Amino acid sequence: MPNVMIRQNEGKMTLYVAKKDQEDEISSIEFTSDDSWGGTIELTDGTRYYIDPLDAPPKLPITLRAKRG
Amino acid sequence: MSVMSREETDALINEVLEVYPAKAKKDRAKHLATNDQSVEQSKKCITSNKKSLPGVMTIRGCAYAGSKGVVWGPIKDMIHISHGPVGCGQYSRNGRRNYYIGTTGINAFVTMNFTSDFQEKDIVFGGDKKLAKLLEEVETLFPLNKGVSIQSECPIGLIGDDIEAVAKKATRDTGKTVVPVRCEGFRGVSQSLGHHIANDAVRDWALDKRDDDNSFETTPYDVAIIGDYNIGGDAWSSRILLEEMGLRVVAQWSGDGTIAEMELTPKVKLNLVHCYRSMNYISRHMEEKYGIPWVEYNFFGPTKTDESLRKIASHFDESIQKKAEEVIAKYKLEYQAVIDKFRPRLEGKRVMLYVGGLRPRHVIGAYEDLGMEVVGTGYEFAHNDDYDRTIKEMGNATLLYDDVTGYEFEEFVKKVKPDLIGSGIKEKFIFQKMGIPFRQMHSWDYSGPYHGYDGFAIFARDMDMTLNNPCWKKLQAPWKADAAEDSAVAASA
Repeated sequence: MPNVMIRQNEGKMTLYVAKKDQEDEISSIEFTSDDSWGGTIELTDGTRYYIDPLDAPPKLPITLRAKRG
Repeated sequence: MSVMSREETDALINEVLEVYPAKAKKDRAKHLATNDQSVEQSKKCITSNKKSLPGVMTIRGCAYAGSKGVVWGPIKDMIHISHGPVGCGQYSRNGRRNYYIGTTGINAFVTMNFTSDFQEKDIVFGGDKKLAKLLEEVETLFPLNKGVSIQSECPIGLIGDDIEAVAKKATRDTGKTVVPVRCEGFRGVSQSLGHHIANDAVRDWALDKRDDDNSFETTPYDVAIIGDYNIGGDAWSSRILLEEMGLRVVAQWSGDGTIAEMELTPKVKLNLVHCYRSMNYISRHMEEKYGIPWVEYNFFGPTKTDESLRKIASHFDESIQKKAEEVIAKYKLEYQAVIDKFRPRLEGKRVMLYVGGLRPRHVIGAYEDLGMEVVGTGYEFAHNDDYDRTIKEMGNATLLYDDVTGYEFEEFVKKVKPDLIGSGIKEKFIFQKMGIPFRQMHSWDYSGPYHGYDGFAIFARDMDMTLNNPCWKKLQAPWKADAAEDSAVAASA
């Protein structure tokens, strides 16, 4: 259950794992509609994380608890 | 040796690894790589931020070095207590040349060493009482201090002292910021975790002090310089450029910085991050909590400085962008003269670097401006994201080495035969005795500043001074001069 920070970096959405000091671009997010945001997040290197879907798209950057997806 | 091909570099790495036992060889192989610009993610070619092997000579420091030496130490109006035995503070004292303005011992304390000097009885019975007494004494002797940070050395964590409680009590008594920092040296694999811990301590104990206070008058052009430690005056030569382009520098983190500046940083419009490795944590925090965007910049060498000034200006309105162009145009004449003078003397020279967490990639541009080529680079304590940024800066088939050992570095140098090496004091004399010009790239070899256009002139002069010093021709004893010369002398007789 690492804490991850999702942010916009020069137009690309990235996921930053504080514990690992790793930042990678997000390639896909499962839910991105107005009433549900989150789910399985896949990074460009193939790593997957799961965050509980939020009710609305958040204001970035945001720190969330993530599970390995 | 001229430019090495990919095969040659790979062969060199294998050759150097040959002497290690099988297990060590396997581990070290992951930390050495041949640069390939087509690789997008560095973790596919190089491993970093892993524990050094027992038995090898590593050049790394500890978490205490990262916190006290790098992040907290340069804050000039705070007293930084090296809490624990006397050595850590004494031997790291005044080593990093963080310049500051102030009267040492009155209102600035950077070059002084404060320590609780742990003895056996403090280890046995705990050192909290001693720390409380020390905080009182500091208050009496140096009443103009604006705060205290308690930098833990290894024993504090081992014996489990509650420095947080002491700090809270001291804050209640004096009303000044007292920051306990849990940066015991045994934490983590290098100084890098010390940076992180120090950043977290800033976040938890200092940054939010003026959140409800809106008396500070802001302007739309407020910025903070983050991760510039003013080594030899670096932050000053950066600051004048930013001010000339119409920005207001509210805070310097942490070279020549103050605790008040830190507390005001959440009110700026943009954070300018120079040392990404040591200060990205706090920048990320400020982005999330206060919505302050941050931008990385690079003030080494005119090409990168131009680029960075434009990048910074692009976050502001047109008046700033126009002024940025004026600044660039103004200094162009100056730095062109520097390049014209020194480039012919340095053209084509090859450099190997091994520094900390930022310069192995940041200074590449400055060397290229002088026509020099960086043929090998490596970090003491970088993480994957640093190598991601490095791969693009370095040429193809050049050497990358992470946490290089003393042996590997020497062997690489013997084979690659660079014209100049840039690393730290521990490496300096080995390579000078091997007959290779050397510059310290941690402390600028007691010179500096190297940032900005003014710094570039000094950088170019220093590189020329070192590389073209006549002493390098005198290293060989006359009777060992090669045979060709001997026969020439004999023939002339």
